[in-house]
Amino acid sequence: MRIHFKTSYDHDIRLFPDWWSFSIYAALVIVAVILPWLLGDFFLGEVTNVLIWAIAGLGLMLLTGQTGQASLGHAAFLAVGCYSCIILMEHGWPFLLAFPAAGIITGLFGTLFAIPAVRLHGIYLAIATIALSVLADDIIVLLDPWTDGVSGKFAPVIDIFGLEIERWSTPARFYWLVLAVTILCTLAYRNLLRAPLGRAFAAVRDSEVSATAMGVHIALTKAAAFGLSCAITGLAGALMGFFAGAFNNETFSITISINLLMMIVIGGLGSIHGAFFGAIVIAFLPQVLSMVTDTLGGGIAIPGLEMGVFGAILILFILFEPMGIYGRWLKIRTWLELFPFARKDMFRRQKSYLKTERLR
Amino acid sequence: MSLLEIDRATLKFGGVTAVNDLSFSVEEGEVYAIVGPNGAGKSTVFNLISRFYEPYSGRISFAGENLLDRRADAVADLGIARTFQNIELFDHATVLQNLLVGRHRHRRTSMIEELLFTPRVRREERRHREVVEEVIDFLDLQPYRDKMIAGLPYGVRKVVELGRALASGPRLLLLDEPASGLSVEETQDMRWWIDDIRKQMGVTVLMVEHDMGLVAGVSDRVLALADGAKLAEGTPVEVQSDPAVIAAYLGAPADGGVA
Repeated sequence: MRIHFKTSYDHDIRLFPDWWSFSIYAALVIVAVILPWLLGDFFLGEVTNVLIWAIAGLGLMLLTGQTGQASLGHAAFLAVGCYSCIILMEHGWPFLLAFPAAGIITGLFGTLFAIPAVRLHGIYLAIATIALSVLADDIIVLLDPWTDGVSGKFAPVIDIFGLEIERWSTPARFYWLVLAVTILCTLAYRNLLRAPLGRAFAAVRDSEVSATAMGVHIALTKAAAFGLSCAITGLAGALMGFFAGAFNNETFSITISINLLMMIVIGGLGSIHGAFFGAIVIAFLPQVLSMVTDTLGGGIAIPGLEMGVFGAILILFILFEPMGIYGRWLKIRTWLELFPFARKDMFRRQKSYLKTERLR
Repeated sequence: MSLLEIDRATLKFGGVTAVNDLSFSVEEGEVYAIVGPNGAGKSTVFNLISRFYEPYSGRISFAGENLLDRRADAVADLGIARTFQNIELFDHATVLQNLLVGRHRHRRTSMIEELLFTPRVRREERRHREVVEEVIDFLDLQPYRDKMIAGLPYGVRKVVELGRALASGPRLLLLDEPASGLSVEETQDMRWWIDDIRKQMGVTVLMVEHDMGLVAGVSDRVLALADGAKLAEGTPVEVQSDPAVIAAYLGAPADGGVA
């Protein structure tokens, strides 16, 4: 068991509590960087896919896990990021400008959507965001001159100072690009958590009344959460476009939105780890399922199997481990660290007390 | 000039008059208590000051400034901090994070700076944490510092909420039933803290409380409310012996005399 002796305020501010956790994450980054030499192209592609989903998950986590605003419309923001990045590149913008611009444009769209969304709570917000997901498909078709509607678009080759990056011909370079974006987004998220705005997000999530009494502007804070969340999601959307190579109005369907939300719930709401754990499950489950059906069922496709298994996993998590994989991992870690002194009810929460609902 | 002045405030919910033509003022540096039976409108007065409710008529001013010109989230900027009757903490955050939210009105950094965690953000963070650690020290919260609120006992949550209000560096502290649900020892602690908050920190305290022992022990002046209107005002002893107050609590005797 590690004990942290805190001797300065910086102990609580710094990114890693001690050398041990710093070395673990440093080792993880090193393994991630040398991964192209360890894995074949197929598995490297799968890991790239996991990372892209993890970035999208970080985006939604910021909004749903951190600020408590459910969204079933993030596929629409993935689409905005994807289309704006590729349309800008088709207009001659270099990738290094078009990519951040795509994030900013998506962030602005998110802030715009926040204007009606800050008035909605809980289930009503979820329904409004579903509408966004459904609309996105039609809007992409209507904007045919820009988006090429149903026939779709092809992602161009990325060119960074003469270095060509393409998903199929140079999978390692594409993987490193995605890895770099993942690390930057994670750092930004982490920075936010140790700064006033990140705490204001959590305050809005847990009690809007007392957040207001502490001087937090609820509408502005929610708008900031929507903006940042959508910006990160937009970046993930652009990467998804490059990963898929070709996309059209049906690529960013409502299923993607639902998968994203399921992903962060399974991973563990409100934690960075949760976005990554969830991404691993969501990205690998279809592969695992197809392997299982190949060996057991001789390759017979079972319609709806994937959605069925996803749904079952989600229900099981909500019933037995509402904190998600991250919550389970925390429990296992505490058990190991305290061995043999861990008690069974250490993580049992007290019943929460009556809230002043009428002030919401 | 008084620090807080409520001038003929009236608030109606449909046909119910929750606060009826109420006037009182709180002087800088005093502990002012509001007592009254359930439903007298005590918490409603707090919610008027916090700007959660819009008064039907009347004026509320703080340090000469019209409070009614401000939005609810701009009240904290004036140096008014409050606690809630039913504890409104941020349940899925640690005690430390809860207290740090109390510092939100002192936030000087922009979103972009915070995303990059610039040296200025770090400096500000240190400053906030310095104040918060002092509050933790003052309220003996060290054992719970990094614990999640969701797992804390009721008495500790009450103290954390007081700490969060104190962390904002208030001029006026609104305490909504600080001793409700506390044990005898915890109430005694609360009494010392309120005394120290006034004497050491120079913070003015306005509180709603049912525990007459606590009210008599710490407050300079007491306001008794019934049905949203002022019943009596004065020192704790004066108010406790006021016939109208006794009648409101115990009911008037049948022969019309004083019980």
